[in-house]
Amino acid sequence: MRRIDFCGAIREAMWQEMERDPSVFVYGIGVPTHAKIFGSVTGLTERFGPDRCFDTPISEEAMTGFGLGAAINGMRPIHIHIRVDFLLLAMNQLVNMVSSYIYSTRGQQRVPLVIRAVVGRGWGQGYQHSKSLHSYFAHIPGLKVVLPTTPRDAKGLLISAIRDDNPVVFIEHRWLYWAVDEVPEEPFTIPLGKGNILRHGKDITVIATSWMCVEAMKAADILAREGVSMEIIDPRTIAPFDDSLAVESVRKTGHCIVADNDWLDCGFSAEVAARVSEKCFGQLKSPVKRIGFAPTPCPTVRCLENEFYPNAAKIIRAVEERLKLKPIDLSKEDFYSHERRFKGPF
Amino acid sequence: MDELSLDLYKKMYMIRKAEELIIKHYPEDEMKTPMHMSMGEEAIAAAVCHALGPEGQVFGYYRSHAIFLAKTRDPDMFFGELYGKVTGTARGRAGSMHLAAPDKGFMHASAVVASSIPVAVGAAFANKQKRNGRLCCAIFGDGALEEGVFWESLNAACVMKLPVLFVCADNGLAVHSKPEVRHGFKTITEVLTNFECSVFQEDSTDVEVLYGLMSEAMESAKSKGKPSFLTLRYYRYLDHIGIAEDFDVGYRSRAEFEEWLRRDPLVLQRKRLLSNGWTEPLLAEEEKRIDTQLEDSVRKAREAPFPPPSELYTGVFYEAD
Repeated sequence: MRRIDFCGAIREAMWQEMERDPSVFVYGIGVPTHAKIFGSVTGLTERFGPDRCFDTPISEEAMTGFGLGAAINGMRPIHIHIRVDFLLLAMNQLVNMVSSYIYSTRGQQRVPLVIRAVVGRGWGQGYQHSKSLHSYFAHIPGLKVVLPTTPRDAKGLLISAIRDDNPVVFIEHRWLYWAVDEVPEEPFTIPLGKGNILRHGKDITVIATSWMCVEAMKAADILAREGVSMEIIDPRTIAPFDDSLAVESVRKTGHCIVADNDWLDCGFSAEVAARVSEKCFGQLKSPVKRIGFAPTPCPTVRCLENEFYPNAAKIIRAVEERLKLKPIDLSKEDFYSHERRFKGPF
Repeated sequence: MDELSLDLYKKMYMIRKAEELIIKHYPEDEMKTPMHMSMGEEAIAAAVCHALGPEGQVFGYYRSHAIFLAKTRDPDMFFGELYGKVTGTARGRAGSMHLAAPDKGFMHASAVVASSIPVAVGAAFANKQKRNGRLCCAIFGDGALEEGVFWESLNAACVMKLPVLFVCADNGLAVHSKPEVRHGFKTITEVLTNFECSVFQEDSTDVEVLYGLMSEAMESAKSKGKPSFLTLRYYRYLDHIGIAEDFDVGYRSRAEFEEWLRRDPLVLQRKRLLSNGWTEPLLAEEEKRIDTQLEDSVRKAREAPFPPPSELYTGVFYEAD
């Protein structure tokens, strides 16, 4: 099958939906300018014209309300933010307006609005260019929240999000943009609200989100050499969150680690831990373990940033602790280093 | 005898009488919803909604009793919603602050100041793309002028050349605060002369003057392909919230109110009708008809059932018919 990267999959999903449906349009700060949102909107203005792929004033709140207005009048807007952090300026519209509009109409009016937002990391992104905030959005009834990991998921989930008649926040990790995978060329959908088993295993379950899926896969490779079989569940959609895959897996393995690309306190990892504890209480052989960002703002310099982010090594140590294994010597292991690929600036 | 004159009067009369009924029944504690009364604003709502017509779309705010009745002329749904009954616009989910009827062109009302303004701009964009000729109008108070999203929305509408109407219903009060402590500019009209929009201002409480101005502003938006901004002055007769007068608490005087009352929009329009050939008995008959309709609406709302508790969970997401 044809192989493309995550960024290309995002672009292809939008392109194909814009071809299919003239009500789909794409907009956001800097969208049609030369940087093209890391290449994810390349060619859209040229193909579909400036009315369907356009730049906006730096007015996150107004342009979010704008999306709501266009959506209730029959359009299918895709609003893009180059960093999730900027969406905080639009929280009034998202939480007070967008999330409750359908409810105010008793489910009778559509709000087919997609909000794409990119999570930054590395090369000095610091504390205002690195948040994921998916738990913020998932806390609010009326918003759907999607975090794709693989290029195939990115395409199938984005097409589903665009065709969905409800507001969807679609969170893309910057480092995943380079991930390459088999992705069907024709349009296809992956249902929102359904998770994915990224790796089958029997000894321990890791439920991971976004970039943490990549770290979990690396951890699983290393642990496999030691005879440990890890199952990795990627929920993909955290609102609505279908916990059935996670629950089924933990009932089988008896151990659960949640590796979230976010802070832990009051976050999605706490939601998963609560549900697993409730639904797998009798089958759990150890307490649910959570791994995520350090409880600090994200620092800029690399040596502190390394401490801030969770990684594969941390997952491995957690697995060893849960399964009462001796620590593996990781000194010879080759872990992901973004500097090999990403030299900044953004 | 001018039908338009009578129609505008009937709209204003329905609004005024509906609110008088609210004042009468509110103490019974059956309408459990925070009321931001429109009394004094009738001419603006009637003129704007009448000029917009059934095809026009309006986006309101928490003080939307007048806008709702002017746009929908549906007191059954109005009182149904205020009583929280299944006959209401949103079967009790919305109450007074979120009165709306999207299928009748009253698209939304927000209880957070200025929040529905950008939504009107986006709706106007969609109408432009669809070339359906429908105009969108955001109505808000002068307190909205202090919100960032107001300026963001105005700027976006100007740069995108969208034919959208901004109507500032200016009562000179934000809750109980006066412009002196809120506005770092003399008049919004002066500020807006440097924006790419057409600017209109009117202090009159004459509904026909306002209707003429709104029609002109709509024509201007359509022909020039850019926003029109109207600042329309009025006096808020009652407290910011609730059904009572508040001339005793110190921030404004009864004398000031009485000054405005001399040019009460209903009194002005009634005088015009009488001088245009309508007789007192004919007008009284029209008024009586509306009184009866409204009393009937209140009775039906009181008798209607509340939604069943199971309705809580429905319609969080879109439900296909």
